[in-house]
Amino acid sequence: MNFLSVKNINHVYFTKDQAKTALENISLTIEEGEFISLLGPSGCGKTTLLSIIAGLLKPTYGEVLIEGKSISKSKSDIGYMLQQDYLFPWKTIEENILVGLQIMNQETDHTRKQTLALLEEIGLKGVEKSYPKQLSGGMRQRAALVRTLATNPKILLLDEPFSALDFQTKLKLEDLVSNTLKEYHKTAILVTHDIGEAIAMSDRIYLLSKSPGKIAKVFEIPECLRDETPFDARQHPEYSNIFQQIWEELDNLETKPEY
Amino acid sequence: MASRNHWIDPLIFSAPSKVGKLFIEKINDGTLLNNLAVTLFETVLGFILGTLLGALLAAILWWSERLSNILDPYLVVLNAMPKVALGPILIVALGTGYISIIAMGAIISVIITTIVVYTSFKEVDYNYIKVLLTFGANRKQIFRNVILPSSFPAIISTLKVNVGLSWVGVIVGEFLVSKQGLGYLIIYGFQVFNFTLIFLSLILIAICATLMYQGVEYLERKLIKDSK
Repeated sequence: MNFLSVKNINHVYFTKDQAKTALENISLTIEEGEFISLLGPSGCGKTTLLSIIAGLLKPTYGEVLIEGKSISKSKSDIGYMLQQDYLFPWKTIEENILVGLQIMNQETDHTRKQTLALLEEIGLKGVEKSYPKQLSGGMRQRAALVRTLATNPKILLLDEPFSALDFQTKLKLEDLVSNTLKEYHKTAILVTHDIGEAIAMSDRIYLLSKSPGKIAKVFEIPECLRDETPFDARQHPEYSNIFQQIWEELDNLETKPEY
Repeated sequence: MASRNHWIDPLIFSAPSKVGKLFIEKINDGTLLNNLAVTLFETVLGFILGTLLGALLAAILWWSERLSNILDPYLVVLNAMPKVALGPILIVALGTGYISIIAMGAIISVIITTIVVYTSFKEVDYNYIKVLLTFGANRKQIFRNVILPSSFPAIISTLKVNVGLSWVGVIVGEFLVSKQGLGYLIIYGFQVFNFTLIFLSLILIAICATLMYQGVEYLERKLIKDSK
């Protein structure tokens, strides 16, 4: 039994005048501890797919299973990180990171201590009583990561979480997220349009084409890159090979006639 | 002095010294505090009632999309219409006592409160709601954790507006039917051409309204100071 199983997902958006097929026949499987990326141009349905996997959107057809159980029954197994931190400005950092635990009724002294320890581990010691507006973008996104990990989700869904940050912070955060996830043996799905980021962080990349969103190609990242941290992977000679392959494939997709 | 020398018309503006004398006189014979207390009581109650009912109505509209679709045109009409015109009807329905005057103070602020607060509820950035949804939050949790707190600024600014509005409602109500209160004193003073009395009442109203406004600002500082 696979850890995460996406089976034949199809999704259509209905408006008054038209029906638009956003996703067609998406099927993939992920094993525990893997890090996979959904890579594709804007409009290919990656965020829609992520929302479906997160249980926020019901697909028109198909199902998603975590360890054999339907997604709707395993809400607490999913962690979701958005493009921006969306920390609540009226709450302190401490209150913010405990929000998930609070909603799920899992806030105890023990979980609170654990979460604060995680905050320290991630390099944000001493900011518990501060408000989000007093922190930089990178710090806020790190706090958001703690918020997501606090409920101990089995799978992390990352929706372009670094795209709103400056390049330096982005690289640092990529390393941080990658190392933290590896340390806690988390499974992750990253949605991104940044080819380099996908190569640097994942074990496997699913390339999606658009209109309608389909899996065009799957790229297995070689072990030599997988074993490096994202920052080091970018310097590895293999990196440019894969980059070239993916780039060409994307180019082909762009020039294919749309119908 | 300005009125004594007829620089300003003494009939209409009275003289500060005369107002001061009247103030002391009325305090001493107890009638002033009595009238002040009555109006203050009616206004504060009308204010609180109007704000709470307005917020409650806004919450109900947010909760049920169906209800909000049905009630929306009525809200638009009620908002456009001057609520004080409803005065006589309220008085006939609720009698000439305190209740109708408090209702006047309340009704003037209810509609505006509902509309402003409801709009604020609807305009909360969906991504904040999404954060909670990813943790499996239900509607009630979403309301308490995101919708309500992010609307505090809108609620506070509505409170500030309501301070003024409830005073309008109450004073107009007292104009119409009261035998007590600062509005009553104004009408009485008007009827016997005692403008000193009118001025005294106006000054007291201004002081009380300002104090109420300061009260709301104090509340604002306590609720919002940290995050803004």
